[in-house]
Amino acid sequence: MNRDPYLLPNGRVLRYSFRERLIHWMAGVSYVYLLLSGLAFWTPWLFWIAVVLGGGTVTRELHPWFGVVFMVAVALMYGMWARQMGKTPSDKAWWASIGSYIRNEDDKMPSADRFNPGQKLLFWGFLVNGVLLLLSGLVLWLPQYIPWNLHLVRPIAVFVHAVCFLFTVALFIIHVYMGTAMERGAFGSVIRGDVSRGWADHHHHSWYQQLLRNSTTRK
Amino acid sequence: MSQAATEIVRISGHSGTVPGAGLNREYQVCKLVDTTTCIGCKACEVACLEWNGYTFTQTTFDNTYQTMPETAWNYWNLIKFNEHEREDGSMMLLMRKDQCMHCADPGCLAACPADAAIVQYANGIVDFQEANCIGCGYCMSGCPFNIPKFSPKARKVFKCTLCNDRVSQGLEPACIKACPTGCLHFGTKSEMKELAETRAAQLRDNSGYRDAGVYDPPGVGGTGVIYVLHDAKHPELYGGLPRDPHVPVLVQLWKKPLRWIGNLGMLVGVVGVFIHYLRFGPKVVKADEPKTEGEGI
Repeated sequence: MNRDPYLLPNGRVLRYSFRERLIHWMAGVSYVYLLLSGLAFWTPWLFWIAVVLGGGTVTRELHPWFGVVFMVAVALMYGMWARQMGKTPSDKAWWASIGSYIRNEDDKMPSADRFNPGQKLLFWGFLVNGVLLLLSGLVLWLPQYIPWNLHLVRPIAVFVHAVCFLFTVALFIIHVYMGTAMERGAFGSVIRGDVSRGWADHHHHSWYQQLLRNSTTRK
Repeated sequence: MSQAATEIVRISGHSGTVPGAGLNREYQVCKLVDTTTCIGCKACEVACLEWNGYTFTQTTFDNTYQTMPETAWNYWNLIKFNEHEREDGSMMLLMRKDQCMHCADPGCLAACPADAAIVQYANGIVDFQEANCIGCGYCMSGCPFNIPKFSPKARKVFKCTLCNDRVSQGLEPACIKACPTGCLHFGTKSEMKELAETRAAQLRDNSGYRDAGVYDPPGVGGTGVIYVLHDAKHPELYGGLPRDPHVPVLVQLWKKPLRWIGNLGMLVGVVGVFIHYLRFGPKVVKADEPKTEGEGI
């Protein structure tokens, strides 16, 4: 039996490898903690979250460490996916017909590669905001080491951290909604790793066709 | 305030006027530091340590009279020394007692996210409640005077309390009590302001300090600690006293417009995707059969 590594039995296709899934959830779990603890510090109306998470002091101590875990995951994702997240000529056409995508008129969409331009935006959005959050976060983590003649850095860090947080929340809401409710099968793909052939062909036509071609050549 | 309990409003069966009725007591307290009569003896530093129960710890000597470069979490009161050379080449030793300014518009309080970790009392004292402090250090980003200091051991932030414990019992702050020259005064804000202005006028008229004046910066709504300076036009000469301190603009932007824009945005986002689902539903993969049949398996 000459099994193709991507085209699995029973009409399934391997979408995410174990390594990809593991790193995704490393980022996912740490981000959810960062989001909840961050919201606690964002507004007094949500400070109760810090109480639930073990108290304000514990939450403040752990938040930066989860940030480090998150950024390690993002760095690993960069190494893993950066090339596949690169711009391709068809991206423009995809964005031009984003209205059809929102209305679920997917037959009007240009065929997507392994990652569609929306996923690329998510990836680069989290990467850029993540780096800014890390840099500003380092200042907020250890403000006592910022000498007074550089004290303007502190309020700048506070502000940058808040703005970048909001951008990631926007990305996160859309990502979670699409990954769970909107795109059936997507959540399973990042848990078990596989999708149906129909799913692969529908959502990532170019990628799936490439898998088929590779499979034929391999033979 | 505790004094209110002794103030009489009405008396039963009493003929004549009610003693003290209609009294208008000023609660706002203020510390006046007259830098022109400070001799740099540091009695206030010692008194502060003693009253607040801190022991003297190792410090950094930088070849001046100054005890340490800046105040510390367990050293809230520090005289800043500056060997200032005047235009005519003569030398002047400028000494300013540095401590929390107890701003009317405190940046530390504006920036703090922890419930009830910083309170401002009606008498103007801005006090940290360490039991509620989570040690995030945002107050350090909000303060224009470099006052809140993080204790690595306690993982919390500390600063001068203006001897809130003493003042609430009708005593003056420890530093005031220790001052041997009378350069430190304590009283109501209006009293201290008047005294300071009188002294500044005296310096201008009789002592040749044409730019003498009072430091009570309006950018933070005035402060609970005011200074008489020989040269009020250059407050930065006095150990880096900021010329126009205010709550950092970015902290204000963050706490006011950005927070509301953000809250609205997050709400719109969550409601938006929900409405999207109601309107358009999930993406349906029509046939779970590929258009092109793979031949691998």
